[in-house]
Amino acid sequence: MKVLAIDTSNHPMSVALVEDDQLLATTTLNMVRNHSIYLMPTINKLFELVKWAPADLDRVVVAQGPGSYTGIRIAATTAKVLADTLGVGLVGVSSLEVVARNVLPNSEQVIVPFFDARRGNVFAGAYQWKDGQLVNVIKDQHLAMATLLEQLKKVERPVTLVGHMTTKIAEQFDQLPANVTLAPRAYSIPSTYQLAIAGEQLPVVAEIDPFVPHYLRITEAEANWQKLHPGEAKKNYVREV
Amino acid sequence: MAERNLILAFETSCDETSVAVIENGTKILSNVVATQIDSHQRFGGVVPEVASRHHIEWITRCIDQALAEAGVSYDDLTAVAVTYGPGLVGSLLVGVTAAKVVAWAHNLPLVPVNHMAGHLYAARYVGEFKYPQMALLVSGGHTELVYMPREHEYEIIGETRDDAAGEAYDKIGRVLGVNYPAGKTIDEWAAKGKDSFHFPRAMEKEENFDFSFSGLKSAFINTVHNADQRGQKLDKYDLAASFQQSVVDVLAEKTMRALDEYPVKQLILAGGVAANHGLRSRLDHDMQKYHPEVSMLQAPLKLCGDNAAMIGAAGYINYRNGDRAALDLNADPGLMFARMK
Repeated sequence: MKVLAIDTSNHPMSVALVEDDQLLATTTLNMVRNHSIYLMPTINKLFELVKWAPADLDRVVVAQGPGSYTGIRIAATTAKVLADTLGVGLVGVSSLEVVARNVLPNSEQVIVPFFDARRGNVFAGAYQWKDGQLVNVIKDQHLAMATLLEQLKKVERPVTLVGHMTTKIAEQFDQLPANVTLAPRAYSIPSTYQLAIAGEQLPVVAEIDPFVPHYLRITEAEANWQKLHPGEAKKNYVREV
Repeated sequence: MAERNLILAFETSCDETSVAVIENGTKILSNVVATQIDSHQRFGGVVPEVASRHHIEWITRCIDQALAEAGVSYDDLTAVAVTYGPGLVGSLLVGVTAAKVVAWAHNLPLVPVNHMAGHLYAARYVGEFKYPQMALLVSGGHTELVYMPREHEYEIIGETRDDAAGEAYDKIGRVLGVNYPAGKTIDEWAAKGKDSFHFPRAMEKEENFDFSFSGLKSAFINTVHNADQRGQKLDKYDLAASFQQSVVDVLAEKTMRALDEYPVKQLILAGGVAANHGLRSRLDHDMQKYHPEVSMLQAPLKLCGDNAAMIGAAGYINYRNGDRAALDLNADPGLMFARMK
């Protein structure tokens, strides 16, 4: 199976071409966040290197969020339009899970990947290796870093935090709870090879059209409106004219 | 017989997700438009993040439907055209990303289109363009007079210094309790009232071709508020008529003056506000009276708002003139035609 894997959820941008569990080519950029400029040229370059034509592709696997709204939209738009236009399978994997996969399989520890979500908040979830499979044990969510650490203190086993500890997030607490350690910075860079392998095992989405990023937050405007109009939210606001 | 040119066009610059298939730049084979207006009406205006989220929900449906309605496949296409600015960056990015993917996947040329050139080319579905040409482009985000000495060359000779005309409609609409977008209702009310308030005509007598609508907007709001404080209720039809008369006077007079100075063969009226009946009939009248030698094309009513058919028509011209974008094409929210010195 020929797989293209894409992750532009945060600062790093990563693309991999994988065939039957084997990595053929990958590129990761971690410079300015301008994934719109670099994503397609990078995909094109890797296809040229491995001598694939777009039509050779069997599956697109994408880190579906959470993350930067613009970032996850660029990856999700690229993935869903590519899958739709080529008529191939599409798989979405949590962007947090991709980072959790950087930690070696070990049943002891709880792996907690996190991304800076600004204003002292993070996107985080909890994962654990069980019988060689990475299992989600606490679902991905948006919460204050301080709240996350309070909750992790109560987990009665070792916890490994994986993510880029920016100064802004580090300001939110004095010290990590005794059972919590922070993985070295290198572990926070997503590997789209890992993403592709995870995506190869999963079923493809039944319908491409409704595929959207996992923002994990409704917009501020929407939240305010819902507060003023309880129970009035409709399922669909867009119509063809 | 010449080869059939088929362009798949994308437009997502604001709150409409649209994909069209256009033949030879002049024939609409399909023009799918998914509007988010019902969503943004909840907030009284377009919320950028909400708009971006709707675009990604609808993009593949629009592509598939545009191809199906046109009865063509990817193999039949000549090129992919896309609006890359001006507009909301998050909205633009969905269309730009989708267009790049389709172009790459099917090895098609990618043609970048300025959204304002797109508006102008909505008028191409009414008749052939003649040069030199002048265009009055009026929408929710822009109000500009554009001079085109020849095909594919655009120079701004005048533009708004503050609010766009459509923006002013929305703002005074809010004061009158009319939900965004207010233009259509204000236009209807104006037809039932008369200009009794005599609001200012900003910059009407100045030599340049620039516009300003914020003074008019303030005068309008003050008039309504002062009446409110006195417990007086003003006639909404007369208010609408007075406001619209001021807008139309300034737009028409500046346009006539631009035509005095620039001898052109044709005037184009396009953009969302070009759907305004008061403006359309006033220009019809003024053109016959002052510039009967200049022909006029008004964008068809249903193509005044944002749509991909107009992008396909402009894309065809760009394609013919050799415009090509590489895969690193990015959204350019502040994209503008050059300003004439």
